[in-house]
Amino acid sequence: MSALLEIEGLRVTIGSTAAVRGASLTVNKGETHCLVGESGCGKSITALSVMGLLPKGSRRETTALRFAGQEIGRFGERDMSRLRGDRMAMIFQEPMTSLNPAYTVGSQMTEVLRRHRGTPRAQAVDRAAELLARVGITAPGLRLGQFPHQLSGGLRQRVMIAMALMCDPELLIADEPTTALDVTVQAQILRLLAGLQKDLGLGILLITHDLGIVARVADRVSVMYAGEVVESAPTAALFTAPDHPYTRGLLSCVPVPGKVKRDEPLGSIPGVVPRIQPGFAGCGFRDRCAMATPACAGTIPRRDAGGGHEVLCVLEPRWGGAAAA
Amino acid sequence: MSGTAAIEVRGLKREFRVRQGLFAPPKRVIAVDDVSFAVPAGSVLGVVGESGCGKSTLARLILGLLPPTAGDVLVDGQRLSGMDRRARARLIQPVFQDPFASLNPKRRVRDIVAMPLIAQGNIAGADVDRRVAEALERVGLSKDQGVRFPAQLSGGQRQRVAIARALVLRPRIVVCDEPTSALDVSVQAQILNLLAELRRDLGLTYLFISHNLAVVEHIASEVAVMYLGRIVERAESETLFATPRHPYTKALLASVLTPEPGLGVPDVGLGDAMPDPANIPPGCRFHPRCPVAVAKCSVAAPPTLRDAVGLAECHLVERAA
Repeated sequence: MSALLEIEGLRVTIGSTAAVRGASLTVNKGETHCLVGESGCGKSITALSVMGLLPKGSRRETTALRFAGQEIGRFGERDMSRLRGDRMAMIFQEPMTSLNPAYTVGSQMTEVLRRHRGTPRAQAVDRAAELLARVGITAPGLRLGQFPHQLSGGLRQRVMIAMALMCDPELLIADEPTTALDVTVQAQILRLLAGLQKDLGLGILLITHDLGIVARVADRVSVMYAGEVVESAPTAALFTAPDHPYTRGLLSCVPVPGKVKRDEPLGSIPGVVPRIQPGFAGCGFRDRCAMATPACAGTIPRRDAGGGHEVLCVLEPRWGGAAAA
Repeated sequence: MSGTAAIEVRGLKREFRVRQGLFAPPKRVIAVDDVSFAVPAGSVLGVVGESGCGKSTLARLILGLLPPTAGDVLVDGQRLSGMDRRARARLIQPVFQDPFASLNPKRRVRDIVAMPLIAQGNIAGADVDRRVAEALERVGLSKDQGVRFPAQLSGGQRQRVAIARALVLRPRIVVCDEPTSALDVSVQAQILNLLAELRRDLGLTYLFISHNLAVVEHIASEVAVMYLGRIVERAESETLFATPRHPYTKALLASVLTPEPGLGVPDVGLGDAMPDPANIPPGCRFHPRCPVAVAKCSVAAPPTLRDAVGLAECHLVERAA
């Protein structure tokens, strides 16, 4: 497998908050890489910095940022806008806010192709109709003439996905693509993404807070906390042998039907997610961690637990036995 | 536990009139359609279903925030419709989804929690202070946090404020409408643990509404599944999750993604026909999406089967022996 997107040492500062603090991750071709974490951990900011869509007033530094082997960290807005929507595309959580309410589905979908490729209108419309059918929308001709408010949430998200695919991207970044949807529709959308990935060989960076989604769709998982990737592993390894105290804590918080007894307390992580100021050193989780020692305020080693499993923690891999939390 | 149910609803129905265009005649949308059930004191009834199934309208009817079009709500054996607002507030209280929207941003936490006591109009100032302090302590908030404003608190702490406000009048019943949906998983676990502990210690009864089935399974003793305004299945929580009877319940359970790697995303088999409360299909209202529908499902509404297991509305469900 070859690397499609390589992020090394990403740092993003927004105002007086260090939003991302040296995150690294790699998305391979044809692979789904899930970036999981709680709100404010920096996962969406990581995605936006790849797309060059960071909010005004934020500063981004990287050791390397490569897309399909090419360094894009120094790209200006002009070069980035040529990549965006063409070779790399993004879908967001709330399709109602990312679709323009004043234009029909058809005109928004064809704009991408006409702008990037100069495709004639009639051909672009054919392509849009074909993709709407591909994402499971019946009567695509009718939908092309409709406005976003005339569609249900599930349909809008399908339109977003179809629009992202217009130019045959190599990389799809999906930021919480099913969070606003019902569980039944969520299952349909995730199946759709998995099918598209298989057929088109897409690399997907999927951002989510839902460990259930991660377990079911990811090839590889990176767990983010306070702006750092604290653990990264192949999916099975992460769920059977989580190593970082935060990952273990997070997994114990999820109620699983048939596994956790009713009225028995769920595991929980005390305290709240900290806001990290620039210049903060050491492990961002140490104030909430039961295993914290004075060493946690120093430089934290990145440990290799074998098999592509890496942990950012002072503890030895498999501490306290390989017990899953 | 006496024979009176904490909550009982009989033939509850609520219609809305919705205009779908500027000049189009208004359309009748039946959000809750002839729903009846009883919740025994001290238990937790979970209500699940997709958006638009009427679960939040049901909560508002039971809280007395919306008048029903037909039917009755009895809280602790008394009819809600004839009840004084203050008496109702002493019996039943809400906790809503969004602690950002449900707390007044310009008031301090202790004033927010004191409001239900002050609204009663006959509680002395010293008693108000004492009971507010008690309620804050009960939900794990410090005195110091009591003088802050909601914007200075995290999402989980804000939801604790909402719970303290609900408990300050010492109600018997709390209606929780998606109480953890806006929270992160680690915070969700804290709030669920708190709600479970409060129920045990104070003998509360919950109506617990959520779209998250794993959360409902964890907290509810009984579960009702709603589809387009009707309860299509109801059973003890263990039974419903182990042996669902209605095809819709089966599909909902199949779409729960548990954190178990390697299982993939299941095909729930519901197709693309989305439920629309303004256009309820004839016959069984679930038949356009039902993977096992037969000819009569599109013609005749299924009977309401009540047996030893619970309730089910499906032509294909047989009476339990």
